[in-house]
Amino acid sequence: MSTDGATVDAAPPSNSLGAIARRRFEALKAGDVGTLPIIVGLVLIVAFFYSKNSNYLSAGNFTNLMTQMAGVTTIAIGVVFVLLLGEIDLSIAYVSGIAGIVVAELQIPDSSWEVKGVVAIGIAVTITALIGGLQGSFVAFVGIPSFVVTLAGLLFWQGVILYVIGDAGVIIIEDTTINNVANYFFTDKVGYLMAAAATALFALSTLSGVVSRRRHGIRTDNLILEVAKLVVFTAIIFGAVRWANQERGFPLAFLLVIIFLVFWSWVAERTAFGRHVYAVGGNAEAARRAGINVKRIQVQVFMISGLMAGFGGVIFAARLNSVDLNAGGGTLLLDAISAAVIGGTSLFGGRGRVISALMGALVISTVANGIDLLGYSSAIKYMVTGLILLAAVTLDAVSRRRLAQAGR
Amino acid sequence: MTSAPAESTPSPTATTPTLEARGVSKSFGSVDALIDVDFEVRTGEVMALVGDNGAGKSTLIKCIAGIHPIDEGEVLFDGQKASIHGPKDAVKLGIEVVYQDLALCDNLDVVQNMYLGREIRDFIGRLKEAPMEARTADTLKGLRVTTISSIRQQVASLSGGQRQSVAIGRAVMWNSRVVILDEPTAALGVAQTEQVLQLVSRLAEQGLAVVLISHNLHDIFEVADRITVLRLGRNVTIYDRRTTSQETVVHAITAGVPTKVAGITSE
Repeated sequence: MSTDGATVDAAPPSNSLGAIARRRFEALKAGDVGTLPIIVGLVLIVAFFYSKNSNYLSAGNFTNLMTQMAGVTTIAIGVVFVLLLGEIDLSIAYVSGIAGIVVAELQIPDSSWEVKGVVAIGIAVTITALIGGLQGSFVAFVGIPSFVVTLAGLLFWQGVILYVIGDAGVIIIEDTTINNVANYFFTDKVGYLMAAAATALFALSTLSGVVSRRRHGIRTDNLILEVAKLVVFTAIIFGAVRWANQERGFPLAFLLVIIFLVFWSWVAERTAFGRHVYAVGGNAEAARRAGINVKRIQVQVFMISGLMAGFGGVIFAARLNSVDLNAGGGTLLLDAISAAVIGGTSLFGGRGRVISALMGALVISTVANGIDLLGYSSAIKYMVTGLILLAAVTLDAVSRRRLAQAGR
Repeated sequence: MTSAPAESTPSPTATTPTLEARGVSKSFGSVDALIDVDFEVRTGEVMALVGDNGAGKSTLIKCIAGIHPIDEGEVLFDGQKASIHGPKDAVKLGIEVVYQDLALCDNLDVVQNMYLGREIRDFIGRLKEAPMEARTADTLKGLRVTTISSIRQQVASLSGGQRQSVAIGRAVMWNSRVVILDEPTAALGVAQTEQVLQLVSRLAEQGLAVVLISHNLHDIFEVADRITVLRLGRNVTIYDRRTTSQETVVHAITAGVPTKVAGITSE
């Protein structure tokens, strides 16, 4: 950074590999840790459980893990948006349960309201999006803190679930379309085709970025680094498909998660709406003065939260082939919020990325999966997850303080 | 308003004022914040607006910027009566305000802040980063803001002077005609104050009408062409910077027009 006040013409930062590595290292020292702690943490977790039980890295457990974490990751994507805004949504777990109940009710065979599975899913997520929008309206227009509004939502929707399911205790889902959401696995060939398509899309998007920057005469990013990113991406995606193909194949549920991640990352980082979400989370007054409709953004973000909770609820219901009185209960709420936070989304608004939903869910799910595999009790699982959450939030607080000190 | 004090002092140009307020009154409940106030600024000049706390500077600016509706009087733009009912109307006319607290988002980078709320996007709503980045670089270069090493760094990492430059750059990027700066040097050190004052003069040179609100008479005497003094919600007078002294202005701010005060003789 240039010195204050001096009118020295600072040279534009170089984009050679050495310079980029140096800048990254400087940022790291200043407290901008990025995704590094999660990747290190994941490697440690996987190494630990693999040393205890070699089945941990089997293809069977891998496909199992992917379907296990699909629901939480989906819900956590909505949480990321709410946290970016500097708000919280405590109702997501039971709202996801509502989506489960709606799909279950709408597929009851021979009932007068039976609809096709896809239609049932569409209606369910529309309802949860509207629930989110309703709660967001109380936050935006009545000015009630989101913590309180969604706490009321938590209680209310839990009550609705108990009321609707009532004495039956469970609704069995027989519709194959709905059940396939969490139980369909692609054949080997289709899996590879999808991996190839994803790679092509990634390459195309990188290329169009470079071309656009060239056209406007701005320095392009380091080409070697871009190619390296593409190679790593390709390796990961083909590796994952190949691994899954050794067992049941690549799960549809995880394809949905990837589609959600790509779409919402695009919304957050490439559209004006996403930019405005970050702006409101960073400085709501500045956003308002810049002509951004802050209230509308708030309502829309809570709708996204409700929508993604709805999709997550459908995935959970499909995985169990039923909904029961526990729909949306247990640790789901805390898992979804923890996933976003552990993944690096700040609780204070304005900082974080959609991909952190996946990173955090990976941490939580690999731990949960490993502890189950080793046969430890839930008690251990809760304690370990709690400690990881505390570590992640501590890291966030410390890095924020260091960033503030470094004036970044 | 029968006689316009604005006309009692020589104006730098004979053209119509770019922005003119005539007989503006504004009260909040029983408090009269502005009483029959006149104000004008012309293209290519820096008009300072001074007054003690509570003199009505901020209220006048907020009336012009459309944040407060005015009770009485009118605002003229290029000699035409302008109807300003909200901030958007003012922006449409080309009036931009740089507020004291800057209204920048710390978590966004320089380009993102410059285009906040007015992003360039394509037909599917996708942001067009490359042209935004190119134009931000051009704008800052045009203002000779050369201390910002990367316009892709977060605003949180900038110094006070750099942040002020970004805020001013954002205000002038939109073909604006009038730029109102509210206490732009209040929180800055000596070197950075100098840097911002140079920027203020440059804005006027580039053909903008600049309104500078400040408590710091040293700054005002360095860059302003004319000085409007408000006191207790009323006009005191307008001074030409070249023919007045800091003492005179201080006296006008604290006690009103010198000639009205007994015992004060003109030099």
